[in-house]
Amino acid sequence: MKSLAELKELRNKVQKEMKKRDQGTRAEIIVGMGTCGIAAGARDILKAVLAEVEKRDLDVRVTQTGCIGMCEKEPLIDVKLPGKERITYGNLSEADVQKIITEHVVNGNIVSDLVIARHKSE
Amino acid sequence: MKDSIYRSHVLICTGTGCVSSGAKTLKESLEEELAANDLSGEIKIVETGCHGFCEKGPIMIVYPEGVFYCEVQAEDVEEIVEEHLLKGRTVERLLFKEPMTEEQIPSYQDIDFYKKQQRIALANCGKIDPEDINEYIALGGYEAAGKVLTEMEPQEVVDTIKDSGLRGRGGGGFPTGLKWQFAKNSESDKKYVICNADEGDPGAFMDRSILEGDPHRIIEGMLVGAYAIGADEGYVYVRAEYPLAIKRLEKAIEDAEEYGLLGEDIFSSGFDFKLHIKKGAGAFVCGEETALMNSIEGKRGMPTPRPPYPAVRGLWGKPTNINNVETYANIPYIINEGAENFSAIGTEGSSGTKVFALTGKINNTGLVEVPMGTTLREVIFEIGGGLGNGKKFKAVQTGGPSGGCLPEDYLDLPIDYDSLLDAGTMMGSGGMVVMDEDSCMVDVARFFLNFTQSESCGKCTPCREGTKRMLEILNRITDGEGKDGDIELLLELGEHIKSTSLCGLGQSAPNPVLSTIRYFRDEYEAHIHDSDCPAGVCTELASAYVIDEEACIGCGKCAKVCPVDAISGEIKNPFTIDPEVCIACGACEPECPVDAISQG
Ligand SMILES: Cc1cc2nc3c(=O)[nH]c(=O)nc-3n(C[C@H](O)[C@H](O)[C@H](O)COP(=O)(O)O)c2cc1C
Ligand code: SF4
Ligand code: SF4
Ligand code: FES
Ligand code: FES
Repeated sequence: MKSLAELKELRNKVQKEMKKRDQGTRAEIIVGMGTCGIAAGARDILKAVLAEVEKRDLDVRVTQTGCIGMCEKEPLIDVKLPGKERITYGNLSEADVQKIITEHVVNGNIVSDLVIARHKSE
Repeated sequence: MKDSIYRSHVLICTGTGCVSSGAKTLKESLEEELAANDLSGEIKIVETGCHGFCEKGPIMIVYPEGVFYCEVQAEDVEEIVEEHLLKGRTVERLLFKEPMTEEQIPSYQDIDFYKKQQRIALANCGKIDPEDINEYIALGGYEAAGKVLTEMEPQEVVDTIKDSGLRGRGGGGFPTGLKWQFAKNSESDKKYVICNADEGDPGAFMDRSILEGDPHRIIEGMLVGAYAIGADEGYVYVRAEYPLAIKRLEKAIEDAEEYGLLGEDIFSSGFDFKLHIKKGAGAFVCGEETALMNSIEGKRGMPTPRPPYPAVRGLWGKPTNINNVETYANIPYIINEGAENFSAIGTEGSSGTKVFALTGKINNTGLVEVPMGTTLREVIFEIGGGLGNGKKFKAVQTGGPSGGCLPEDYLDLPIDYDSLLDAGTMMGSGGMVVMDEDSCMVDVARFFLNFTQSESCGKCTPCREGTKRMLEILNRITDGEGKDGDIELLLELGEHIKSTSLCGLGQSAPNPVLSTIRYFRDEYEAHIHDSDCPAGVCTELASAYVIDEEACIGCGKCAKVCPVDAISGEIKNPFTIDPEVCIACGACEPECPVDAISQG
């Protein structure tokens, strides 16, 4: 280590991964992973979400949820921006995932034609 | 970096406690299960150090949700992967249950055991992979060292530590800044810093946990200390019974060397520092600083008289600063957050926090770190979850084998160095043993004195012979052969040993006896004058059981369980217990179908 600046640079680089253990509020993408969700391709949706988040280097938390009783609309994901209502999108393809992330997660605009439910912020 | 596509981190504690309850097999089966479900690339397994809750181990925390699972076994892995990691559903049966309310608590921060704690020395323990230097750096590690080496004069560092009010966590409570000042003031071409990780108190494991869970913090603390006093070489003295702590520290030193955080010209500041590990043989007295230095030099681990103090003539005759593990663990925080923010925590005379090893008859045993000035009641009842089995609190012993016992009246005492000393006990390195109504205080005193007595190095007569005499008297009392004047004799011997012994071992060995006489004198008197052990522990004294002839139906069940054949009789006639033979074990009492047996 040659200087404090070098240390801080390294810190910035290694910090990103540690954020997964940070409990602070941030955007959250929740993938429906019930049994029928998985059958409908939720695993691929989850992978698409992760790839997109990685590609854009976004600070979001990706979690899963079990059956929410809307099996016929699978695969589905929820997007929850801090302080905003939670939006459920359904009948998704991998291309939809990219769109939702670009429009909603990054720019904050809800992709209305894919929305199947809205929940008031908890 | 492929790393960052992990959507979840599963932290498995692989500290000594959790390894002994199965953490290694747990980790292996999780690896297999993840691979089988094609999740290895999405979910990262991280091994961490101790969370202080070893009793409930193995501990697993799943992020990003931060769900806290305890007592997780390899058999549970399939369900965790299927339910939680795939479907996002918490596995409720593995959550922690509050002992008082039976309530299930999903998240770490909400468990009473953690909620009331304030973690500085233990801040990273259980949070990071101790074998990955990058994780320590990600949380700001080595920035304190960087700042000190490149932006501060040594005297400024000493002043900061002085202003923080930090006192030594190894037992004595000596102000750390002042100690550094003495070592800095000593002129010499060579100086040393030492970290005392001997941790000889039975039951204590705070230093081990810090070394296992966050070894870089100790390296960083020592680096700052070395720069402040002008040392270029250091030793960590760890007991050989701590193989995992040694392994992780070795790895940490290697990695720090590789990053140029140890070695030559660190941060291009011209400052060099080399760090070694010295394994100790594990005698209690070797934790005493002069004995410890003798041991590093390859001599017998015996104390030598001070002065000269180590700051003047220490290791190999050179000025040396020696501090405890936990003391060094506080240094990075003080540098980063400032002396004022540190001294704002705690009480006026004792700033900061203290780590305690909470054990005994209590629901949540484990390591807890609380601000100084927290009361015993808060630690025992709020964090510790109260006593088990609905028993009544009787006493708490602090300060390790040479500390003292405090009764119920002292539960609201705010814990700090001075308040404990005034009450006749001490902080020590942070042992805290809770006792309930079933403990006999004379027996407790005898137990601790037996430990210190056998650990006396034998160099000075009062410690060697005096503690032996005291132990003989205690043995006599618990055997029912106490005499008038025994209590006075114990007090006299105790005071004498305290004032004439060379080192802290002898100077504090009588404490358990003196403090129990001070607060539980009636128990000593009952043993001596009434041949009675009120807690029913000293079996030589406990009174025999008797059978109520009127009630007995002569079934003979009691006679079958009596281990010493004290019960005799003919079936269908009343049985009798021979009081001379009965050892009052109580085994017969629950056997009787008509409750005819009671203690006489
Ligand atoms: C018998 C005896 C045993 C000791 N054992 C330890 C020990 O295990 N760890 C420790 O840090 N200090 C121990 N000490 C205290 C050390 O002598 C020394 O005061 C301490 O390491 C200084 O560090 P500190 O100022 O950071 O507390 C012991 C002292 C005595 C008298
Ligand atoms: S007080 Fe006891 S342990 Fe300490 S030097 Fe004397 S004999 Fe040894
Ligand atoms: S068990 Fe009770 S009733 Fe039976 S012989 Fe013993 S004292 Fe009598
Ligand atoms: S399993 Fe997905 S909504 Fe039912
Ligand atoms: S070793 Fe796992 S909690 Fe202590």
